[in-house]
Amino acid sequence: MKKLISIFALQLLFVCAAFAQERPTAFINARIIPIVGQPIEQGILLVQNGKITAVGDARTVRLTAEVVQIDAAGKTIMPGLVDSHSHIGEPAGADGSNPIQPDVRILDSVNPRSGSIQRAQSGGITTVNVMPGSGHLDSGQTLYLKLRDGAEAIEDLLIYDKTGKYMGGIKFANGTNPMRTGGGTFPGTRSKSAALVREQFVKAREYADKIKKAGTDKSKLPPRDLALETLAEVLDGKRVVHFHTHRADDIITILRLQKEFGFRLVLHHVSEAWKVADEIAKAKIPCSIILIDSPGGKLETMDIRFETPAILDKAGVLFGFHTDDYITDSRFFLREAAIGVRGGLAPEKALYALTMANAKILDLDNRIGSLETGKDADFIVLSGDPLSVYTHVLQTWIEGVKVFDRSDPKDYLIAVGGDGAGRDNLLDTDEKEDQ
Amino acid sequence: MRNSKFEIQNLGIIFFALCILHFAFLTAVSAQIAVKGETVWTMVGENITNGVVLIGANGKIEAVGAASQIKIPANYKIISAKVITPGLIDAHTVIGLNGYMNQPQDQMALDGSSPMQPELRAIDAYNPQEKLIEWVRSFGVTTIHTGHQPGALISGQTMIAKTFGKTADEATITQTAMVAVTLGESALASGGKSPGTRAKQAAMLRAALVGAQESAAKKEPSSDIKADVMLKVIRREIPLLITAHKAQDIITALRLAKEFNIRIVLDGVAEAQLVMNEIKASGFPVIVHPTMYRASGETENLSLEDAAKLKAAGIPIALQSGYEGYVPKTRVVLFEAGVAAANGLSPKDALATITIDAAKIIGMDKRLGSLEKGKDADVALFDGDPFEYATHCTGTIINGVVVSEVVR
Repeated sequence: MKKLISIFALQLLFVCAAFAQERPTAFINARIIPIVGQPIEQGILLVQNGKITAVGDARTVRLTAEVVQIDAAGKTIMPGLVDSHSHIGEPAGADGSNPIQPDVRILDSVNPRSGSIQRAQSGGITTVNVMPGSGHLDSGQTLYLKLRDGAEAIEDLLIYDKTGKYMGGIKFANGTNPMRTGGGTFPGTRSKSAALVREQFVKAREYADKIKKAGTDKSKLPPRDLALETLAEVLDGKRVVHFHTHRADDIITILRLQKEFGFRLVLHHVSEAWKVADEIAKAKIPCSIILIDSPGGKLETMDIRFETPAILDKAGVLFGFHTDDYITDSRFFLREAAIGVRGGLAPEKALYALTMANAKILDLDNRIGSLETGKDADFIVLSGDPLSVYTHVLQTWIEGVKVFDRSDPKDYLIAVGGDGAGRDNLLDTDEKEDQ
Repeated sequence: MRNSKFEIQNLGIIFFALCILHFAFLTAVSAQIAVKGETVWTMVGENITNGVVLIGANGKIEAVGAASQIKIPANYKIISAKVITPGLIDAHTVIGLNGYMNQPQDQMALDGSSPMQPELRAIDAYNPQEKLIEWVRSFGVTTIHTGHQPGALISGQTMIAKTFGKTADEATITQTAMVAVTLGESALASGGKSPGTRAKQAAMLRAALVGAQESAAKKEPSSDIKADVMLKVIRREIPLLITAHKAQDIITALRLAKEFNIRIVLDGVAEAQLVMNEIKASGFPVIVHPTMYRASGETENLSLEDAAKLKAAGIPIALQSGYEGYVPKTRVVLFEAGVAAANGLSPKDALATITIDAAKIIGMDKRLGSLEKGKDADVALFDGDPFEYATHCTGTIINGVVVSEVVR
C-alpha cells in the first residue's frame, strides 16, 4: 500500500512537472549556490511561471499561503549547467565536399529525441551549444539549445533572441583535424588553412559592402549567397565564432585572424592555452576548456594539463568548461570542473565556469547562468557538494519544469545505465504511455 | 590547495626537478624509509589511524602499525602524508605497448595480420619510458597488468610490470600473465576473412584449444611457439583473459572454459548483470570495464553500478583502465574506482578493486596489494580521501624507492 501511495505521488509529480508553475513553488532549507553572490545556508529559491521570483532565506523571502513548499533540507541547489561545446543529438554538419561551409546549419540535423540529450539532463546540463565537428575549417552553424522535455521537433529546444531569431554561433577549426593529405579542396598545411579562411572572410567583406552600397536599390544587390551571408553576420558581430584549437601556435594564429577581421570569438579546447595565457588575456578572448584524464591520444593534446583553468584564471581570461560529448560524458560535467580544482582552480571559480562564464560565452548571461530574480528557473538539486565525487544530481529543472528526477526509475536508468539504457528516448516514450 | 598553487607558480622548476629526479631514479637504490600516514589503508583488517609503514633496504615492508607502537630507527628517512594506501594496481591496461602519441609508431598492442597470435609477447613491445606510465605512476599506480589490446580473437600475451624501471626486463615481474582473447563484434573480420561471425570465433578458439589438448597428450617437446602458449592454457598454467561485453559472449566464454577445463578471467562484461548467476556459478573472476567507460555499441547497456552489483553477488572483481583508441589515451584506475565508490561500492571495496583484489586476480597477492610485512614496499601517498576529485596524489613509492613526488 505504501508503495502504491508513493507511485501515486510520483505520478502526481510528473503531472505537475509537465507544466511550469502556475502557483509559485519554493525550495526551502537548501544550501543555495547562486553563483552571483555568496552561498546561502537554509536558503529559499522561489520560482513561478518558469522564472526565478526570489532567492534568499527566511529573513529576505516571504512565503505567502499559496506557495507550494518543497523541503530541500540537506540538498544543494545551483544553476543548471551550461555546456559551451557538445555533440549531443547526433549532429552532422558540413560534408566532405569543401573545407568551408558556413551555409550548413546544424539546425537541420539534430535529433531532438536522441538519448544523449536525456543523458545530459541527468548530468545537470540545461543549456548547450551543439556543434558540428572539427574535420573542416568551418563545419557550419551551431545551435544554442535548452534541453527541454518532450521535444517533438528541434524547434522545441531553440532559444530566441530579442529580435525573434534563434540563437547559435559558427564552428571553425584549425590544427590537424581539418587538414587532409593528398590535396583536394582541403588544406595540407597550417598556412593554407589560414589562407583559405582569410580568403572567405575577404569575400564576405566585399559581399557585405555591396549590400550596404546597394542600400534600397534592389537592382544593385549581389545574388544571394548563403555562405557569404553567414560570414557577413560573423563580420557584423551577430554570430560568434567558436574556434576549435589545441596548440599554442594555432591559438596565436586565430588571435591574428581575429585582429584582422574583428569577429567575435571563443577559443575551444585550448590544450596549450597555459603556454599563451597572457596573449589570450591581452586579446580579451574567452576560452571554453576541456580537461581529459591523460595527455595525448592525438599529437595536439600531448601537453594538455589539469592546471590550464587555474593558469587562465590567474591571467584574467574568462573561461568556461565543456564536455565535447562524446569525448567526455555529459553525466560527468561537474567532475570536469572538479578536476580543474585538482589543478589549482578555486572551487567557486570552477562552479562559475560551469554556469555564468558559459552563459556569457553564449550571450545568454541576462537569462541563465545564475540564480537571480528574473532569470529562467533553470537549476539543479544536488545531494551534496557539487565538486565531490560522492555527489549525485537528484533533479534537473528547466524553466520551472522538472526534466530529470533520480528517484524515478526510468531517469535513474539514464543516469546510471543498465539494461535498456542504450535505447534512445526511453523516458519520453514511456512517460507518454503512462499518461 | 596550497600544494597545487605552488605547482602552478613553479611549473618550470618542477619540470626541471623532475628531470633531475628521473635521472636519479635510474640509479636509485631503495633507502630505509618510514612512511607516516594520518590514515593508513592497509587493505588487511581495519585502517590504522596515525600509522607507520617501515621500509627496509631490501625494498620490502618491515613493519606496519600504529605510530605509538612502532619505533622508527634514527637513520630512517621520514615521509608523511594525510592518507597512505598500498601502491595501486591496474588490473588491465595496454600502456607501455600503446603510447600517448597515438600514432602508428607508438601503437604496438594489436597486429592485424592474423586473428590468432598467442605467440606475441608483451615484453617485446613494452616501453618502460612511455609517458603514460609516468602519468599513471604519478597517481599512485605502481603495478600494471598490460599487454595486447582487445580487438582480435587472440591478440597476444599480457604481462605484469612495475611502473618503474629502465628496461622492460627490469620492470617486468611476470613475463606471460594471460592470453588476451576478444569475443563479439570488435573482434570480427570483414571482407570474407575469418572470424566473420560469433560462431566462427568460437569454432576457431575451440580448434586452437583442441590442438593444444592433443599436443599435451603427446608429451613431446614442441617447436611451435604458438602452440606452446596454448599448451600453457590447457595445462592451467595461465588463464585466458576474455574480453566479452554482450551477455551472449560472456556465456560463450564460460562454455569454452567448461569444455576445456581451462582458467579464464572475464574482462569488460558490460552486460554482466544479465548473466550474474552464471558468472557466479563459474567461480571465475571479473575485471570490470572502467566505471566511466563510454556506453555505446556493445557497451550501450553498461552501468556505473556494475562493479557494485558483481561485488554484492560475491563475484571476485577488479577495476581497470582498459583500452582507449583516442582521448583520453589512458584512463586512470584511481578515478574509475572513485566513481565506483560513488555508485554502490563502499570506499574500502572500491580501493580493493585497485589493490588487494586486483592483486589476487593477476596472481600477485603474495607480493602486492596490501601493506603487510614482507610484501613489496609499494605505497601511494595522498593529501586527502584518495577518491575525491580535488585530492592529490603527493608521492609514489615502488620497491622502497620514491619514484614520483609530483603533486597531481
